[in-house]
Amino acid sequence: MANVLVFAETRGGELRKVALEAVTAARALAELSGGGSVHAVLAGADGIGTKAGALAEHGADTVQLLEHAGFAQYNPEALAATLAQRLGGGTYAYALFSATAQGRDLSPRVAAKLGTGLIADATGFVVDGGAVVATHPINNGKVIVTLALAAAPALISVRPSAFQPAVNAKPLVTESISSATDPAASRVKVTELRAGGTGKLDLGDAPVIVAGGRGLKAPEHFKLCDDLADAFGNAAVGATRAVTDEGWRPHADQIGQTGRNVSPNLYIAVGISGAIQHLAGMRTSKTIVAINKDKDAPIFKIADYGIVGDVFEVMPVLTAAVKAAKSQG
Amino acid sequence: MKIAVCIKRVPVMEVKFAIAADGTRVEEAGLKYDVNDFDLWAVEAALQLKEKAGAGEVTVISLGPDNAQEQIRKTLAMGADKGILLKSDAPTHDGLAVARALAAELKEGGYDLVLFGRISIDTMNQMTGPMVAELLDLPCVTNVFKLDISNGRGVAERALDGAIEVAEFPLPALLTIDDGLNKERLPSLKGIMAAKKKPLDVKPAQLGAVQVAVRKYELPAERAAGRILGDSSAAVPELVRLLQTEAKVL
Ligand SMILES: Cc1cc2nc3c(=O)[nH]c(=O)nc-3n(C[C@H](O)[C@H](O)[C@H](O)COP(=O)(O)OP(=O)(O)OC[C@H]3O[C@@H](n4cnc5c(N)ncnc54)[C@H](O)[C@@H]3O)c2cc1C
Ligand SMILES: Nc1ncnc2c1ncn2[C@@H]1O[C@H](COP(=O)(O)O)[C@@H](O)[C@H]1O
Repeated sequence: MANVLVFAETRGGELRKVALEAVTAARALAELSGGGSVHAVLAGADGIGTKAGALAEHGADTVQLLEHAGFAQYNPEALAATLAQRLGGGTYAYALFSATAQGRDLSPRVAAKLGTGLIADATGFVVDGGAVVATHPINNGKVIVTLALAAAPALISVRPSAFQPAVNAKPLVTESISSATDPAASRVKVTELRAGGTGKLDLGDAPVIVAGGRGLKAPEHFKLCDDLADAFGNAAVGATRAVTDEGWRPHADQIGQTGRNVSPNLYIAVGISGAIQHLAGMRTSKTIVAINKDKDAPIFKIADYGIVGDVFEVMPVLTAAVKAAKSQG
Repeated sequence: MKIAVCIKRVPVMEVKFAIAADGTRVEEAGLKYDVNDFDLWAVEAALQLKEKAGAGEVTVISLGPDNAQEQIRKTLAMGADKGILLKSDAPTHDGLAVARALAAELKEGGYDLVLFGRISIDTMNQMTGPMVAELLDLPCVTNVFKLDISNGRGVAERALDGAIEVAEFPLPALLTIDDGLNKERLPSLKGIMAAKKKPLDVKPAQLGAVQVAVRKYELPAERAAGRILGDSSAAVPELVRLLQTEAKVL
């Protein structure tokens, strides 16, 4: 039996999908170690408690509410201090985070405060005699390492999309907790938070991604990608580094080794050659479609379906066909 | 301004990796090495800050095998002032062990600014920077792609999964550098010559207890070979049909 503490990530006062994935993973970890409790920490401004239900629905026995104006935005100093305090008491064998930008900022701080080990970006795990044994992609995703960590508590961050949210409803039990330090006293002050990408839907949350490359030739031609994304309705638009370097799209839209790491259900690569640095950020997508005029482009090696053709000819037809399919379905 | 930059020697990724038959290591044969990309951008940021201030010193620190001196020399050739190698022949995936060794070296340095890369492309831990910040009790901003420092304070823009945060921080501070901040300069011939005479200290790393152990390495499952459906928009109906019936994503 082992209890698990899980950090539920929010943005703009809303739970992110990764929070439900993390709670699902935490439930699985508790069951794997003989059935312990899952406690989710949910931080935010006053009123964040109204979001706790979804966490209970996905397997949290208790939702610990850290409600304070100082948590309206991501506040790593106060969060790390609070989580370290809760994890230091011996109640928890494991602590789970999402391997998002926030989670990968927060979990190392907590690990260092506790002097405990951290396995980052796990794509799966088992429990082996108290140790958590997890897989993690390394070398640009070209190798997988299996790591074992026996520390108590052992910290793990889980890769977005590696665990699909699963309903496992528990009665909603909430508990108010307080911050270990004054949230207003953090040395780093966030003065502004703004949308970084072009889309309404974040690349990390979108089930469908339409990504454009240099083959689109000019920034205004990204309209072809935007239109296809609109036809899907649940899609975000990403880009290669060639495109963000040119300033055609903002850096936040970049997918790849040095950009975002994504695994949507459907990834449509439009005028993208498929350089390894790009593949590093999208190769784990479930279905990959490539449209490129060069039949030898490396993107076709990892695409499930390819069309060798001119994006300017293919995209409008594809957009119309997706629209038609959507209106029937 | 005294700036320290932590850099890592990593394999060049444009290769097919091979795993030893017993799964205990990635084969070394045929690998080439370079400085982790993000760390080059961190070095470039340090050099630009020093140039803008008109004074200062950039110290580059790496924990790794003896050969990591090559990577330190490269950054000295770019313009860094001195290097420190914390020698360790035991590569580890334990971020905290590395962070402790780096923190022990950084602690006494009196640095105004400590720069890390966001992530190393080999172990892909993305944890060492914030761990060191915690161990040294420094204010920390991660994933920085825009930076301005003046009068002992900094303003950074950081990428947060598609959102952008603007953060203000006092010095001394620790930052991790993301893609987009700059493009690293190439070492000039003059820089390469000068680098040979710059100080490079070598001392043993104090790694401490390693808690994260490797069970095995393996290659990821290959994706099943894909299909080319056609050579123009004539293939669109077939694509839509497959997305609906086979991939079930539409
Ligand atoms: C340290 C480092 C980090 C990097 N990180 C990243 C990263 O995170 N993400 C990333 O994406 N890249 C990254 N790169 C860059 C990467 O190596 C490639 O340069 C980049 O991905 C290429 O982008 P692209 O496919 O848009 O452009 P190109 O490689 O120029 O490909 C354009 C493609 O469009 C096709 N095309 C042209 N016209 C048409 C048309 N009319 N119809 C159909 N197809 C057409 C061409 O056949 C070609 O295949 C990195 C590089 C380095 C050195
Ligand atoms: N062995 C090392 N020597 C020096 N710096 C390192 C080392 N390992 C990691 N770092 C620094 O920590 C950053 C993040 O690495 P990681 O946490 O391993 O992904 C790197 O970009 C480097 O700046």
